[in-house]
Amino acid sequence: MLSVHGLEVAYGGIKAVRGINLEVGRGELVALIGANGAGKSSTLKALSGLLKPHAGHIDYDGAEITGKPAYHLVRRGLALVPEGRGVFPRLTVAENLAMGAYIHTDKAAVSRDFERAYALFPRLAERRAQPAGTLSGGEQQMLAMARALMCRPRLLLLDEPSMGLAPLMVQKIFETVRAVAAEGVTLLLVEQNAKLALETCDRGYVMESGAIVLADTAQNLLASPQVRQAYLGE
Amino acid sequence: MNAAHWWRRTAWLVIVLLLLAAPFLIEAVLGRAWVRIADVALLFVMLALGLNIVVGFAGLLDLGYIAFFAVGAYSYALLASPQLAVHWPFLVLLPLAAAVAAIFGILLGAPTLRLRGDYLAIVTLGFGEIIRVFLNNLNRPFNLTNGPQGITLIDPLQFGGFSLAQTHSLAGLTFTPVHSYYFVFLACAVLSIVISRRLEDSRIGRAWVAIREDELAASAMGINTRNMKLLAFAMGATFGGVAGGLFSSFQGFISPESFQLLDSIMVLCMVVLGGMGNVTGVVLGAVLLTALPEALRYIGPLQQRWFGEVFIDPSDLRMLLFGLALVLMMLFRPAGILPARRRVMEKRHAAG
Repeated sequence: MLSVHGLEVAYGGIKAVRGINLEVGRGELVALIGANGAGKSSTLKALSGLLKPHAGHIDYDGAEITGKPAYHLVRRGLALVPEGRGVFPRLTVAENLAMGAYIHTDKAAVSRDFERAYALFPRLAERRAQPAGTLSGGEQQMLAMARALMCRPRLLLLDEPSMGLAPLMVQKIFETVRAVAAEGVTLLLVEQNAKLALETCDRGYVMESGAIVLADTAQNLLASPQVRQAYLGE
Repeated sequence: MNAAHWWRRTAWLVIVLLLLAAPFLIEAVLGRAWVRIADVALLFVMLALGLNIVVGFAGLLDLGYIAFFAVGAYSYALLASPQLAVHWPFLVLLPLAAAVAAIFGILLGAPTLRLRGDYLAIVTLGFGEIIRVFLNNLNRPFNLTNGPQGITLIDPLQFGGFSLAQTHSLAGLTFTPVHSYYFVFLACAVLSIVISRRLEDSRIGRAWVAIREDELAASAMGINTRNMKLLAFAMGATFGGVAGGLFSSFQGFISPESFQLLDSIMVLCMVVLGGMGNVTGVVLGAVLLTALPEALRYIGPLQQRWFGEVFIDPSDLRMLLFGLALVLMMLFRPAGILPARRRVMEKRHAAG
């Protein structure tokens, strides 16, 4: 569904991503793990069209999308849940979700999407009239995911969903990640919490200073001594 | 028909009648000078509503907004005065002034797309000054704007042989030019209010809100942030351009003097003081801030009457009191006279 060849992302003269290859198959749940500053978020930004890549090719759904702007990709079913959640703090939960449905104009279908989002995240239904800025961090993460689902994505890119959340909340978020995947959405998950990410996903890539150093099934990565030492603290 | 509905309709009817009778009532009570002030207030309503699109709806701080007013005013003045010896009809010129202003809006918007907040404010401030300096100096090598002397003998609004610059009488009422212009400006101001309201509730309005709240998230929602920001600049500039064209025809004379940084700040004050993003609030802000400095002119004579002499130079005192009024307003109603609905809601939740 998504295939990336030789992707490079640069800020000024500094290369954050140095020619990576990556594949995500339809219906897969893939993790991209690595330490701070490894280039994970830059990769996601380039994939979602928020950054123009310096070099390389990105193919999505059988067509090249390299350098295409985000608003174009969202319409083709490629959505991003940005790092740090990025909810609209002064809009209510319901208004945030309505923003997520910006590209859809068929009212009946959108109201079905609302019901689906509230069913998946009952907590959001309780708080639908509350400004998003007054939600807890975990609730904001739920809202960010629910809002991305309102675009009806086929491929969802998740950037650090566990960032800054209490352990219990992190568990909850990963449950919803699995629930979203169960609905048939393909997921590419960027995480620092390597253990949880690999336990949740089918396959994983390990990124280090802008390059992919390991690529394998999640099980094999969890068992690999290299990963255990560097990311699982063993 | 239920009672609440009836009251609403009656209230609206009273407001409409008051607005229609206003120039005559104002003339009878306060004198003809205040009818002119009412005209100017209506022009500022249009300006403030235009800036509200950029600042209030899309959240782009613009400190050079008066430049679009200037562009509209000069577009009209150049093509309806002896300056270039052309006299186009206003029905052509007003849309033209709007279009030229919109083009300048995009010219300002395009290079500033990546800027936000204080950086954007500085660039827009510079843009406003550039326009004014150009108008001041475009009398050489060939005389386009007539420089600091400005353009005189600008054509008034004319409908066939009916000129708004002459005094007419109808049904026992005397329509001096300030009366006639009042009705034209009122119609334009009402149209601006209607357009603002429609924009606010539209898909475009929602896209602007998203950009104001979080631009990155907005583009992740599938909003073309570049085009939407340019549209905000262009729409806002259009309001300024039309107001500028009307101003030219109303005054009959314009010069770069009328388009200073202070005027940009004044329009911004109207938007902020009225309640950024709230159309009714912005209209109130524009009317109040036009009337207040004028009302403060009476301070001089009052000193004379109460104390027998003038202690403080009235013009100094006027600006001092005006500044004080602004400070007090912002202290006691920081979100404006009528805060946008969103801010009210936010406060309620913060408290509860």
